[in-house]
Amino acid sequence: MPNLAINLEGFRNIVPELILGGVAVVVFVLAALQRTSTDIKQSPKGAAARGKKRWQDVLFTNISALGLIAAFVFLFYPSRDGSTTLFFGLMVSDPLSTFFRALVIGATFLCVLLSVGSPSVARDRKGEYHGLLLVMAMGMCLLAGSNHLLMIYVAMETVSLCSYLLTGFDGRLDRSREAGLKYVLYGGVASGVMLFGMSLLYGLFGGLSVQELHQAIAASSALDTPVGQWAALLAVLFILCGLGYKIAAVPFHMWCPDVYEGAPTPFTALLSVGPKAAGFAVLIRFFYGIFLAPGDMENLIPAADSIPWVLVIGIISAVTMTVGNFIAIVQNNLKRLLAYSSIAHAGYVLMGVTAGGQEGFQAVSLYLLIYLIMNMGAFAVVSAVDRLHNSEDIRVYQGLGRRAPLLGLLMAIFLFSLTGLPPTAGFIGKLYLFAALIHQGGFWYVALAVVGIFNSVVALYYYARVLNVMYLKKAEEPVVTVSVGNMATVLATLLAIPTIVFGIFWQPLAKAAQWSANLFH
Amino acid sequence: MPYHTTSTLLTWITFVPAIGVGVIGLLLGLKPLLKLKQGTLDRLSRLLALICSGASMVMCIALWSGFDSTNTGIQFVHHAVWIQAFNIEYFLGVDGLSITMIMLTGLICFVAVVASMPWGLPKENKEHFSRRSVPGYMAMILLLEMGMLGVFCALDFFLFYVFWEIMLLPMYFLIGIWGGPRREYAAIKFFLYTLAGSMLMLLGMIALYFASNPTTLIDGSPCAHTFNLIKLATENDFGTAGMLLGVAFPKIVWIGLFIAFAIKIPMFPFHTWLPDAHVEAPTPVSVILAGVLLKMGIYGILRICLPILPEATVWARYGIAIFGVINIVYAAFVCMAQKDLKKLIAYSSVSHMGFCLLGLAAFTSQGISGCVYQMWNHGIISPALFLITGVIYDRAHHREIEGFGGLAKQMPEYSAIVGLAFMASLGLPGLNGFISEALCLVGAFPVFTLLTVVSVLGVVITAAYYLWTIQRMFLGPLNQKYANLADLNWRERFTLYPLAAIMIILGVYPMPILHLMNQTLDELVAPLAAAVGL
Repeated sequence: MPNLAINLEGFRNIVPELILGGVAVVVFVLAALQRTSTDIKQSPKGAAARGKKRWQDVLFTNISALGLIAAFVFLFYPSRDGSTTLFFGLMVSDPLSTFFRALVIGATFLCVLLSVGSPSVARDRKGEYHGLLLVMAMGMCLLAGSNHLLMIYVAMETVSLCSYLLTGFDGRLDRSREAGLKYVLYGGVASGVMLFGMSLLYGLFGGLSVQELHQAIAASSALDTPVGQWAALLAVLFILCGLGYKIAAVPFHMWCPDVYEGAPTPFTALLSVGPKAAGFAVLIRFFYGIFLAPGDMENLIPAADSIPWVLVIGIISAVTMTVGNFIAIVQNNLKRLLAYSSIAHAGYVLMGVTAGGQEGFQAVSLYLLIYLIMNMGAFAVVSAVDRLHNSEDIRVYQGLGRRAPLLGLLMAIFLFSLTGLPPTAGFIGKLYLFAALIHQGGFWYVALAVVGIFNSVVALYYYARVLNVMYLKKAEEPVVTVSVGNMATVLATLLAIPTIVFGIFWQPLAKAAQWSANLFH
Repeated sequence: MPYHTTSTLLTWITFVPAIGVGVIGLLLGLKPLLKLKQGTLDRLSRLLALICSGASMVMCIALWSGFDSTNTGIQFVHHAVWIQAFNIEYFLGVDGLSITMIMLTGLICFVAVVASMPWGLPKENKEHFSRRSVPGYMAMILLLEMGMLGVFCALDFFLFYVFWEIMLLPMYFLIGIWGGPRREYAAIKFFLYTLAGSMLMLLGMIALYFASNPTTLIDGSPCAHTFNLIKLATENDFGTAGMLLGVAFPKIVWIGLFIAFAIKIPMFPFHTWLPDAHVEAPTPVSVILAGVLLKMGIYGILRICLPILPEATVWARYGIAIFGVINIVYAAFVCMAQKDLKKLIAYSSVSHMGFCLLGLAAFTSQGISGCVYQMWNHGIISPALFLITGVIYDRAHHREIEGFGGLAKQMPEYSAIVGLAFMASLGLPGLNGFISEALCLVGAFPVFTLLTVVSVLGVVITAAYYLWTIQRMFLGPLNQKYANLADLNWRERFTLYPLAAIMIILGVYPMPILHLMNQTLDELVAPLAAAVGL
């Protein structure tokens, strides 16, 4: 039975996912056991009980963190320079998927660390919380490696279901539950539409894996008629709708601010980076996998001309960054502000997808990696301030630069990086995106770059608003320096270092991103 | 010819202020550990700022003494590969164009640091900018100095851009934290304007990079494109490059870069950030802003637009000249209407930078020398004018021109210095401002006769508003409210007298500065003059 052997061979390539799934099961079981034991004892006076709960909190954090580290290590062992399709074309293991799996595992790891001591996750529910995070990481890894429409759908639903639950996890707040429900409704519609698009595509071309679709489209005569072209365009748009929902691109972004605001802050940090990165991996693999000419990173097959999908992505990119940036200007809640900023950043990254080619993909990988570092850092500061003031309103940031100089400085670094000013890593990311577009050189590519630069200026206005509140406005009460020794601050400090260092010397990052930007056929 | 490393002096000049920033940051971080008092920390950071900016200035003098003005090539080269993957090099060097600007920066920054000391201020004035968050202030001034020196030293476009952007952050905080009542508005306006400009420059830079020919990096490895400004100018002909956005490539790139630089100059109609920023900034920051930052724009045009995109520069020369004349005349008229002394001086800067644009656009030897010499002179005179404004503001706590009168009797020494600086600024023969304005006009006259005639109107109005200001502030009966104002103190003398001495010496004998740059500038402008047919 050769097929079975090939199938079993495939498992070697998804060891990280298996580890994540396995650790998740262990965590769920431990959580259930802990629940039962505390329910039985119910000791009301409880220094001992509280101590035990804290001990369990540490346990869950450590198990999850170790599981993620193990998954990360096995991602690069055995080495992944080649490209292999697994499980009859359901998945693929290549540098692109490896890079993005590493990215989402890293993001989840940071999220686990950020959750230590976070007030928005009740201590006795830490077990389920971590279990869900691990399952979500598994889903994102599967999504990054998906090569087949069904696999894309299943992996995306895995990520979505965990996200719905985790969004509503902050039991203290009504807004958290409300956000969870909104997320479910939007998500349900988006994935339904995407599924419809997939069925259209299957009907038109009779294939489900990227390779099958590629061959079918190149050979098919369906695109010769206007009806076929319209149907194909509709299918592509519907699929874009599902993916756009995952990366929070306009007009599929409506869920984003409410969900970001309502979700527990550490999870918001993950949500702003992880699913977005995985979504971009799928976006690149799906569109360019289908339309790139075989063995060529720059040129598309002739059939691609009859469906204006590059134009559609370019327009979505311009609209996404403009809408995100302009609405962010009027936000007064830091998490909402960062939500709109993350919409705008999705627009920037879409510039790289529009540019295409090796340079475009490299820019996308690089930007998402840098965005992971700086956005996680910004959310770590928000989380630290949340622990001080129990609020994310911009007013509690007034005079932060004087009261908590370290937090103020860190926030300033991350905001400058998000704006894209040298010498921070954010500038390097933007540089590669603009370079990819300008190298393409066509009128619309350069026009998109011009839209991008004006958006950068608009973005400065609202990032500087936070700086303004932190530094320029005087603190009203007498200045009291507050101590901020907690995990969030430590994490923010650790993330600020690469934000600066990679702004000055980013050669290793550029190399890694370039390695990832190889789409094999 | 490849420029190999010959000296690390420029790296030291540029990064000595950064060492100061690092030490101040370290002291702030260790403050709880070492149990430093706030007062000690303030004094230490003031001392560090003095030492670092002083050291930079002394090294600038060493640079001057080692500079060979007969050599038109790049000297004091420090050259290494920075980011191989993007063909970016660390390339510092000076020629006759940049050495004057580096010396000016070293001098003006030291003057500004001295002007930031609280010496001679009454003890009860706790809210003065020189007594608020001193370590942060000094760190920002030093960071700003590093950025400015880096811009003038950098010969790699990417490095140039990075330093250019680094200047924004400290400037934003210096205006926004230590500025006047409308500081938040002024700071963000400055930030947005300049960022819009530099974003255009970023696009232009990337476009030039991808249009450049293959060459080699300094370590000999081949590269497909280059950011090296010297190679961009000598090994590439962008005149033949195709179209971009439906316009000829060199023209569209030139426009992008020029707008970026025009915002910094600032050229009409991009000048509106300047009065706000100048008026709200504390005195030493205005000094740096007027003395050095405004020179970045013209320097950028001379360093990048002229040699790299000569065809487009020739194409746009009438536009540059017309905008120059608008700057001169319009800003002079605006000055007539100002009631605030600092705002008047801010607008006079706009007017004076117009002469640079006019002289530059003529592509004549006199015109271009006049342009760079005008930058230098304006960099000496306008800091003096802002220091003068600071003197009266520290004493009277307002700057309304009409609110004074008869100060000459009360503050004779101050009045003499003001008179000298005003005369230098309006272009009185015998003082330095006259020579550079005359050179600009002489250079422009054969090329743009009508425009030059119109711009002389600006000179007349300049004389009018300065003389009228002297009349209103210093002559007539003394306003009894100010019968007990003290004359200059030693800190103010220490900052004003050297600048005044330079105004007189270079007004009588300008050759020390003109000698440095003439050769380089003649070579820079020769191909353009040939293209126009001069």
